[in-house]
Amino acid sequence: MFDLSSVTGWIHGWLSGIMPSWLATTTECVLVALFLLIAYSVLAMIYIMYERWVCGWIQCRRGPIRVGPGGSLQIFADVFKILTKEIITLWSTDKFLFFLAPFLVVLASVLTFACLPWGKGFQVIDFNIGVFFIIAVSSIGVLGILLAGWSSNSKYTLIGAMRSGAQMISYELSVGISILTVVCLAGTMSITGLVEAQADGWFLFKGHLPAVVAFIIYIIAANAENNRGPFDLPEAEHELTAGYHTEYSGIHYGLFYLAEYLNLFVVSGIASLLFLGGWMPLHIPGWEGFNAVMDYIPSTLWFLGKAFFMTFIFMWIRWSFPRVRIDQMLALEWRYLMPIGLVNLVVMAVVVTQGWYF
Amino acid sequence: MADLKEQIGKLCPQAQFDTEGEFLLITIDDAQWHPLAVSLKRELHFDQLMALVGMDWGEALGVMCYLTNTESGDIVHVKVSTANRETPRLHSVSDVWAVANYQEREVYDFFGIVFVNHPDMRRFFLRNDWVGHPLRKDYDASPEKNPLRLDDETNEDYTCSWVEDDKGNVTKKHGLVFDFDEYVINFGPQHPSTHGVMRYRVSLDGEIVKKVDVVSGYIHRGIEKMCESLTWPQTLLYTERMDYMAAHINRHCLCLCIEKAMGLEVPRRAELIRLMMDELMRLSSHLLSYGCLTMDQGTTTAFFYGFRDRELIYDIFDRTCGARMSMSYSTIGGVVADVHPDFVNDVRHACDVIEKNMKEYHQLFTGNVIARNRMVGVGTLSREQAVDYCITGPSGRASGVHCDVRKTHPYSRYEEFDFDEVTRTGGDSMARYMVRMDEMLQSIKILRQACDKLEQEGIQGEYCAKVPKMIKLPAGHWYQQVEASRGAFGVYIESDGDAKPFQKPYRMHFQTPCFNLIGVVDLTCRDNMIADLITITASIDFVIPDIDR
Repeated sequence: MFDLSSVTGWIHGWLSGIMPSWLATTTECVLVALFLLIAYSVLAMIYIMYERWVCGWIQCRRGPIRVGPGGSLQIFADVFKILTKEIITLWSTDKFLFFLAPFLVVLASVLTFACLPWGKGFQVIDFNIGVFFIIAVSSIGVLGILLAGWSSNSKYTLIGAMRSGAQMISYELSVGISILTVVCLAGTMSITGLVEAQADGWFLFKGHLPAVVAFIIYIIAANAENNRGPFDLPEAEHELTAGYHTEYSGIHYGLFYLAEYLNLFVVSGIASLLFLGGWMPLHIPGWEGFNAVMDYIPSTLWFLGKAFFMTFIFMWIRWSFPRVRIDQMLALEWRYLMPIGLVNLVVMAVVVTQGWYF
Repeated sequence: MADLKEQIGKLCPQAQFDTEGEFLLITIDDAQWHPLAVSLKRELHFDQLMALVGMDWGEALGVMCYLTNTESGDIVHVKVSTANRETPRLHSVSDVWAVANYQEREVYDFFGIVFVNHPDMRRFFLRNDWVGHPLRKDYDASPEKNPLRLDDETNEDYTCSWVEDDKGNVTKKHGLVFDFDEYVINFGPQHPSTHGVMRYRVSLDGEIVKKVDVVSGYIHRGIEKMCESLTWPQTLLYTERMDYMAAHINRHCLCLCIEKAMGLEVPRRAELIRLMMDELMRLSSHLLSYGCLTMDQGTTTAFFYGFRDRELIYDIFDRTCGARMSMSYSTIGGVVADVHPDFVNDVRHACDVIEKNMKEYHQLFTGNVIARNRMVGVGTLSREQAVDYCITGPSGRASGVHCDVRKTHPYSRYEEFDFDEVTRTGGDSMARYMVRMDEMLQSIKILRQACDKLEQEGIQGEYCAKVPKMIKLPAGHWYQQVEASRGAFGVYIESDGDAKPFQKPYRMHFQTPCFNLIGVVDLTCRDNMIADLITITASIDFVIPDIDR
């Protein structure tokens, strides 16, 4: 399989040759940041169109078809519109916090976005505590949402923000526990280590029942973490008009929108990292020919393909289920998901110590 | 009728009776009205106040109350007049029949009749700074009195009631709508889930709803007032602008009422066509209600499914009536034109498709665990409450009230058809939803039988009776009820028997089902959550133009 670290290594070598090493590192940082931001916005655009087409397909309609061939240019029209809209601020808002909030939300999603395993040897942040870092930075997002709801000084946004605080903090536990279950199986928290450990089979297949349970818990909790699907209470359109971002307009609203879609990609990416092998191709032990063919598919394609597949599942859930009520949502987390997750973690520990996994 | 007269005569010797009209008429003074109301309800089981019609008879103001016995189906009406025009006062019966609460507020708004001992005598439809009471015959409509006001209407934070003490002295008292420290949030008039320009002021405790104050009248058009300046056929037009999801049915009702007053015989085939249109309308309305209920709970996909199948019905309307929304199809004496030659085939096709797709609706939504958790046991309305608040239609039948006018007082050949009245006993949002879903199957059953009948009686044929060019009604008053998509729709007409060429109604009142439905919003939503408020109002399923006539 082609190792992308040879490309990055070559760039590093070339830059070090023509400039001092501190400048080379700085240049690399700038290049990486640029790459991330471009990938971030391009993926957001792809995701918005992806959702609109999938949603249209589920709802027996065609989705956007007018602008460009098959509606493919629709997103540029949308982005242009949102960029040119007036930014309205109400006199009663707390201006500083009001403007700060969308950036905090975007910051959280960019930081988690940077941790994803893009391909073999193509990894931006890779510590030995990689997964912990993801859990830590993803919780900054809820701060932005709470600030948005509070600083808008409106009753609707306040209810939305309070709902979102209760929801995201609760479901973070389940996400954390299901991630820990996988860490327990892998024996490492490093993202590269997690992917490498799945070379002879993805964790979903390797880890027996506890891995499957963790996967299901992760899907439910990540949906809630993301304020999507049956858990879109913080912005429940039919109850709170737009929840915590009711008072935002123009690009500030656009930032929330952007972060929402990118978070969808991020949780899909993490799901594929933890359960579906990240960029690791599908390997079946003993089928050497098959494995060799699979290795020919570039690792980045594997990763993106898995993330898109996971996203499809998230969209499918979103467009099929009604919205849960706040008390039911909290009951689901505290009475069912978290206890099951904890028991599952123990079961996984037993499985690992007894060596019952494949 | 004679029995009733005797029994009521025993209860209240001062009452005067008139057995000439279609129902027994009781005339009574205001002083005896409240005791009579209590005994009518307790002794003779007249437990439902169908309609409370404000009247201006020239020398005095007053009300006409139509009462039903929900067990026997007997109907009587009571005429109560005020002592004078200057300080018109009547005793409130809102403690006897809960539905009278909003009904009396409407009468106060339009006639200025003050109801003594009414808990909350605010205006219901008009702005609180409106001058005069528009449905009075001496109302001054000049623009100087009520100019176009460009300032915002202030919130009414105080209720107002006239309380009578033991000695008969009436004093005006004020109360608070909400306490000063309550967290009051405004729902509407622009809100995604109020299904139109309805406004609630909701007092919240965290996520829990403590009280809902309904602020209505944002699209009130004064249809009853406008009808008083139109000829009888012209008034038909407005019926379709009330509940636009029951356009045919409402128009059918007014046609029936005018035909009854004229003594006009309508061709049987025309009645059959009207009936088929009514059932198609009901089907389309319930599909819409399925769509809206599911969408309000976040299932946008189900909304599209419901709308997809409504297209079939609209195409049928389009081919026969030439319009999709306000069809203007029924007319005095029958229908305006014969049906399209493919009508029967189209109806059969639509029935087949909808019946098949019903399974898909249930698979997508009804069995879903989240949907069940959101609807079962939420917003329960007991049978007694439903009767007390005069909740009819699917919402009433979900509470176990047998209130289907098609069964209790059949009209337009409904007695020839084999169908079931769908009732449930839960009274919660789920029961209301399921009654609608099951009623769609019954409508399909009726339509299939009607298709067979129409084929026997001729795909093309007689569709309208011979009607005089100038329609004149004798002096008198008539009341007609039909089963509209959301409940019993009633029309009250009064004619003064004017001999001039273009006779106009003296008074026309529409007793719309949604007006009563809005009365239980506070009752059912209290101590539930914000999300339940949306579920309950969606399952009660009102259409705002039907409230704001």
